[in-house]
Amino acid sequence: MTDSAVTVETHHLTRRFGSIVAVRDLSLTIAKGEVFGLLGPNGSGKTTTIRMLCGLLAPSDGTAVVAGVDVLDSPDLIKERIGYMSQRFGLYEDLTVAENMDFYGGIYGLEGAGRRGRIAEVVKFLGLDRRLHQLAGTLSGGWKQRLALACALMHGPAVIFLDEPTAGVDPAARRAFWSTIKTLAERGTTVILTTHYMDEAGRCGRIALLSQGHLIALGTPAEVATQVGGKTLEDAFIILQERDEQEPEA
Amino acid sequence: MRRFLPMFRKEFIQMRRDRVTLGIMIGVPVIQLMLFGFAIQTDVRHIPTVVLDESRTPTSRDVIAAFENTGNFRIVGHVDGRSELDGWIARGEAQAGIVVPHDFPRDLARGTTATIQVIVDASDPLSSQAALAAAAGVAQVRNLAMLAAAANRQDLPLETRVRPRYNPGLRSPNYIVPGLVGVILTITLVLVTAMAIVRERERGTLEQLIVTPITKTELMLGKIAPYVGVGLVQMTVVLLLGRFVFDVPLVGNVLLLYGVAFIFIVASLAFGLFVSTLVRTQQQAMQASFFFVLPNILLSGFMFPRQAMPAVFQWIGAILPLTHFLKVLRGILLKGVGVAELWQEIGVLLLFATVLIALSVRRFQKKLD
Repeated sequence: MTDSAVTVETHHLTRRFGSIVAVRDLSLTIAKGEVFGLLGPNGSGKTTTIRMLCGLLAPSDGTAVVAGVDVLDSPDLIKERIGYMSQRFGLYEDLTVAENMDFYGGIYGLEGAGRRGRIAEVVKFLGLDRRLHQLAGTLSGGWKQRLALACALMHGPAVIFLDEPTAGVDPAARRAFWSTIKTLAERGTTVILTTHYMDEAGRCGRIALLSQGHLIALGTPAEVATQVGGKTLEDAFIILQERDEQEPEA
Repeated sequence: MRRFLPMFRKEFIQMRRDRVTLGIMIGVPVIQLMLFGFAIQTDVRHIPTVVLDESRTPTSRDVIAAFENTGNFRIVGHVDGRSELDGWIARGEAQAGIVVPHDFPRDLARGTTATIQVIVDASDPLSSQAALAAAAGVAQVRNLAMLAAAANRQDLPLETRVRPRYNPGLRSPNYIVPGLVGVILTITLVLVTAMAIVRERERGTLEQLIVTPITKTELMLGKIAPYVGVGLVQMTVVLLLGRFVFDVPLVGNVLLLYGVAFIFIVASLAFGLFVSTLVRTQQQAMQASFFFVLPNILLSGFMFPRQAMPAVFQWIGAILPLTHFLKVLRGILLKGVGVAELWQEIGVLLLFATVLIALSVRRFQKKLD
């Protein structure tokens, strides 16, 4: 792996909230074009990790470089290079699909013909053309998720963060969504996501298993499963988690 | 500032689409103007009055007619005894009572001091003061006429000529309507901006917005800019209705008025933004805004003269932007004065606007908790 192929690199990344350590000593290297899954039960530190990598939350300790930018030094510059899709639909329900995209295009600094061209591209990529003049609030879960992705991709980010992207989306839409993710990654966008679904975790290139802020396993889904002698990823997930909970606090 | 425009446009579309809020923003000024303009009369007239005429003579009837002719008293009934009169006032059927005693014509004829009693219901100080002043006036006019006749003089030795400048008819709407422009802007704009930011937080749209490169200054200015337009429209509606429905004069420089109004509107919006950084929910935003509105109505000089307030409350009034804007409004609309007379107020408003914007931009965090 050459240096230019590294999109995200963290060393001993730590975040404390008072006496609670939400993320402890996390070191990760994620390559360009990888689909990387962050897994773990609620409160394991997934969301805190993503927020630190997006420049929304300053690390208490350690370093993180995302798309060539240090999160500690320039949390604002990072935002030009990443896309983010929150767990909860974060777009304007009283604006149409086209208006939402136009707004985000503008916020990402695209202007005039450049913005129109980019919107047309994204619309085509995600198949939003027949929904353009529908109010976002009237879309189904699957379409809302596509629109959210469209807005997050508006500026062609190097990394896209998806926080539980398929929560509340029907199976058909989930399948379509995953094929979109694969295409994005093939075109060189790094995808970092969190999920609760084990079948989705299995589709990631690599996964990191977190529990109580610790990194407890890292590798391809198969590697992580065999690492602890579990038959399936779900077994491994439960075994690792139980082991972690039995260990005394370091 | 290139992201200001998309933010502005988005905010404008949302505002236009929210018909209810838009209706309220334009409807509220109209309703308030009608209510305040028609209902509030600071000169109390036609006080319901009950009469106890014990002497029943032409002289007593003449005096009672003099009371009625002032226009301040409206005779609603005649009674035969003192307890009956007290009953009318106690029940609130009359607010004043005039008692002409038995010996009134006799005393008058003899040249000793004849008395008429005027009883007022002082639980309402505003009307009782008007009644007292009018009653004293009736006696004075009569006294002067009789004394002048006794002294064989046609004209009086001394007279004060009072000339009410700027509002010669002493009309309440002339006082209320200009003030109402400021009050309406304060009420609606502070609330609307406070809600606008908190709504984004509640709906989760702020979370998506803060992971974009938009700066907090772009975000906040884009957010309030459409409401500057709303404020100017509201002001125009009130001024036009005031001019054509209530005959309030518009003697000064309208352009200057709009210029100062712009500064005041920005200050109000900035204050709304500041409120939005202090609260978490739309309900809290509403409560905080109402908490702010009351001192504005009571202490700014909108309804009650500030000179009559204890010093502490005058100071509190002085830190409200509305207090200064009211002086500008009345100065320009009624007196026709310009920058030369108003520069202090304009300066203070500019200071408010700058400090409030700086304060709210400083407090606003482009971060999650």
